[in-house]
Amino acid sequence: MKQFAALVKTIGTSTGTNDKVQALVDFFSVAIEKDKVWVIAIFSGRRPKRSVKTSLLTEWCLEIINLPAWLFVESYSTVGDLAETIALLLPESPTAIQGEESLHFYIEQLMQLEKKSEAQKKDFVVQCWHNMDWDERFVFNKLITGNFRIGVSQKVMVNALSKLISLDANIIAHRISGNWDPATTVFHELMNESTLDHSRPYPFYLAYALEDVPASLGDIADWQAEWKWDGIRGQIIKRNDEIFVWSRGEELMTEKFPEYFILKDLLPNGTVLDGEILSFRMNKFLPQTDNGENAFGDAGMVLPFSILQTRIGRKNITKKILQEAPAAFIVYDLLEYEGKDVRSEPLSWRRSMLAEITNGIQQPVLLLSPDIHVNDWGQLAAIREKARSLNSEGIMLKRKSSTYQVGRKRGDWWKWKIDPLVIDAVMIYAQKGSGRRSNLYTDYTFAVKDGEKLVSFTKAYSGLTDKEFAAVDHFVKRNSLEKFGPVRTVKPELVFEIAFEGIASSNRHKSGVALRFPRINRWRKDKKPAEINTLYDLQKMLEIYGK
Amino acid sequence: MALIQFTDRGLFCPQGGFYIDPWRPVDRAVITHAHSDHARWGNKNYLCHHHTLPILQLRLGPNNFQSVDWNEPVFMNGVKVSLHPAGHIIGSSQVRVEYQGEVWVVSGDYKCENDGISEQFEVVPCNTFITESTFGLPIYTWKPQQEIYADMQQWITQLNSEGKTAVLTAYSLGKAQRILQPISETGIPIFLHGAVYNVHRTLLDAGWKLPAAKRVELDAPKESFKKSVVIVPGSVIGSPWMKRFSPYAVGSCSGWMQVRGNVRRRNVDAGFPLSDHADWNGLLQTIKATGADKVFVTHGFQSAFSRYLNEIGIEAGEVKTEYADEQFENETI
Repeated sequence: MKQFAALVKTIGTSTGTNDKVQALVDFFSVAIEKDKVWVIAIFSGRRPKRSVKTSLLTEWCLEIINLPAWLFVESYSTVGDLAETIALLLPESPTAIQGEESLHFYIEQLMQLEKKSEAQKKDFVVQCWHNMDWDERFVFNKLITGNFRIGVSQKVMVNALSKLISLDANIIAHRISGNWDPATTVFHELMNESTLDHSRPYPFYLAYALEDVPASLGDIADWQAEWKWDGIRGQIIKRNDEIFVWSRGEELMTEKFPEYFILKDLLPNGTVLDGEILSFRMNKFLPQTDNGENAFGDAGMVLPFSILQTRIGRKNITKKILQEAPAAFIVYDLLEYEGKDVRSEPLSWRRSMLAEITNGIQQPVLLLSPDIHVNDWGQLAAIREKARSLNSEGIMLKRKSSTYQVGRKRGDWWKWKIDPLVIDAVMIYAQKGSGRRSNLYTDYTFAVKDGEKLVSFTKAYSGLTDKEFAAVDHFVKRNSLEKFGPVRTVKPELVFEIAFEGIASSNRHKSGVALRFPRINRWRKDKKPAEINTLYDLQKMLEIYGK
Repeated sequence: MALIQFTDRGLFCPQGGFYIDPWRPVDRAVITHAHSDHARWGNKNYLCHHHTLPILQLRLGPNNFQSVDWNEPVFMNGVKVSLHPAGHIIGSSQVRVEYQGEVWVVSGDYKCENDGISEQFEVVPCNTFITESTFGLPIYTWKPQQEIYADMQQWITQLNSEGKTAVLTAYSLGKAQRILQPISETGIPIFLHGAVYNVHRTLLDAGWKLPAAKRVELDAPKESFKKSVVIVPGSVIGSPWMKRFSPYAVGSCSGWMQVRGNVRRRNVDAGFPLSDHADWNGLLQTIKATGADKVFVTHGFQSAFSRYLNEIGIEAGEVKTEYADEQFENETI
C-alpha cells in the first residue's frame, strides 16, 4: 500500500507526461503481480463496486475528530475531495504501521465488506485508518469513494506498460480496454494475446478541432467529408456469433440498444464497426416537416441528443422508450474485417469495404454515414451551414489515405464544427470547484432577464483562464449577498457570453430550457447586467433550434 | 467606548489616537510586521520593532519611523502600547494595548512554532484578543518543520543527482530567509531572485547572520545556475526569466500546499506545506492561553472560525479587514 500511495503522490505532483510514465514504470517493475493488475484496473476506471457509503465514512470520521458536522462541510468545500478531507482531518496515528499490507489486500477486503454489517464495516475502516499514515489513508479513502482522477490518462498508462514489457502501445491499448475482471485476471494473461477476450473493442481514434481555415488542408480531393453527429460514439463488435456494443467511455451498452440485436444475425463474424449511436426517426413514422433538408434522403432523420438522453441511464428499455427515442447506428469506419485488424489500411479502402457491408445488409438501424460530395472548400462551407437543421454539429474531415490511429491525434482527422449558439447572461450564484479548482469559486449559475426578474437557466464550469477564474473568485468573495451551504448568491453584476451546442425544452428547469454543452465563451466586461439577453430570446432560440 | 474600534481605515484606538496596520493613510500607525498588506505607504508616523525597521525603510523609503524593543512600552495619551513576538517573520509583533487596566492584544500574523529566526511566539494574556485566521480550518494541521525540511532536502538532492536545478517559490520576506538554513545543509549553491536578494542584503546589512546565497545576475551565463537551488517569488513562475535555469523543477513552500488541489492548480512539481501562520490547533491553543473573554477574528476563514469559537463557549465576532487575501500571492516589493 505504501508503494501505491507513493505512486499516487508522485503522479499527483508531476507536471510532465514523461515523469508520470516513469513513475508507473518504476512501480510496475517492483510491484507484485496482483497489485499491477489492480493499478491498471483502477487507472482505467475499473474500480470495484463501492462497499461503504460515503455518508458513513463522514460519520465515522466525525466521531473520531469530535468536531461539528458543519465544520466538516466547510472543510470539504475548501478541499474539494472527500477522501482527502477525511485524511486531513484524522489525527496523526501514533501506531501507523507502514507498508504492512499491499494494495490488493485492501481492495479484496473492501470487496468482501459489501455483504457485511455496518458495524463490521466500521471496525475495518477505522482500524485501517488507525494503522495508516497520511498518504496511505488518502489512497485508501480514494479506493472506497471514487475514481482516481489524478492525471493518468489511458495513454500514459499504455506508454508505461509498453516501455515495461517492450510491446507496441497500440496492442497494449487494445488489450487493456474491454471487459476483464481485475479480481480474476493475472497480469501476464492480460498482456498475452492468446487470451484475448472476444468482446474487446479497439481504442477510438479521436479528432482535434480544426483551428485554421479548411483550405490549409490542401486539395479537397484528398479528403473525405462527413457530417459530425452528436450522439454516443460507439463500436459494434460481432465475434463468435455474439454482438457487443461499446461506448467511447468503454462501457458495454449492448443491452441498452435492443434495436441492434438484429445485426447479430446479419453481420459476419470478425467485424468491428466504429460509429455513432443516435436517436433516429425512420421516415415512415416521420411527421411532415417543411425544411426539406435531410442527410439520409428517404431513410429518415437524426433526432437531437436530448431525445437520446432520455434513454441513457434507464435500467429498463420499455416499449414506450423504443417508440419515443428509437436508436440507429450511423457507421463511420471499419476496424476489423473477416477477423483481421484492418486499422492500418487506408481510409478509402476501409470505407469501400464498409459500404459493401452496409449495402449487403440493407438494415435501417445500420446506416453508412453519408459522404458529402463537393468540388471545393467554399461549397463545403456553404453546406456546413445546414448542419444545425440536420441536428449535426458540423463536418468531419478525414484524409482518404489515413490509417485508424489510437486516441486524439492531429493531422489526418479534423472536426470542423459550426459556431455555437451564444447568449449573454449574468452570474447569480457561485460555488467552489473541486480537485484542481478546490477553494476557488469556479462553478457558476447564470440568469437571463424576464422583465425585472432574473431567471436562472444554466450552469457552466469552464471557459475562463486561471487568471480570470481568480478575478471572478475575488469578486465573489467580496460581493456575496447570501450563503446557502456551499453556494453563494452574488450581486448580479458580471456578464458572460454563454456558448452552447443545442437547446431543448425541459420541465426540470425554471427557465423551461436545457442547454447542450454550455460553457463560458468570454467575459463581457463591456456589458452591463441591463444589457443581457431575455427569457424571450431563449424561447425564440428554442423555437428555431429546439426541435 | 471600545479600546480598539474597527474603522474603514483599519483598527483604531480612539483613546490613544493611533491605528494598527491601517490600510489608508493616517497620522500614527503601529505596524505589526513589514509585509506590504500590513505596512502600507503614506502614514505620517510609524511605530515598529527594531527588527522590522530596516525592511520598512527598504520598502517604504525614508519616513518618520520609531522603533522599540520587545515589551518596551510607549505611552500615547495615557494608553500603554508594547510589542511582543508573533513568530511570523523577522520583527513580527503582536501589539498589546492597555488603558485603565483593560488589555487588548492585536495578533497581526503569527505562528506558534519556533522557526529559529523570527523570535519565539509569546502568549500575551489579555481581555480581548484580535486574531488572524488565515488557516482557521481543522484541515490545516502542520507537520513539524523538521519533517518538511527533510522532504525538501531530499527533493533538492534528488534533482541535483539528475542534473536539475531546484526552484523554490517563497515569500521574499519571511519564508525565503526561513528555508535558507535547511537548504544550505544540502551543500548545494543557493541563488536568489532580485526581490528576495534585496531583503537578504538588507538583513545582512542590519547585522543578521544568514547562510550564503548569491543574487541571480541577469548577464550571468546559464551554466552558472546549473544544479543549484534558486529561491524566487511565486509571481515569476512561467515567465521567460525562468528559462535560464532549465532543466529545473518547481517546488512551492506554503501552507496552502497542504491541499493537493492547490499543488496541482499552481502546476508546481512539489508542494511543501510550510507555513508562517498558526494552524488550527495553534490558533485554538493560543486563544485559550490568552485567557481572553472576547475574541475578534480577522483575515482568513473568519466566519467558520468565529462560529466554532462561539460553539465551544468563547465569545467571538467576525471582522472584515483589507489585509491581503493571501491565496492570491500577489506579492509586491
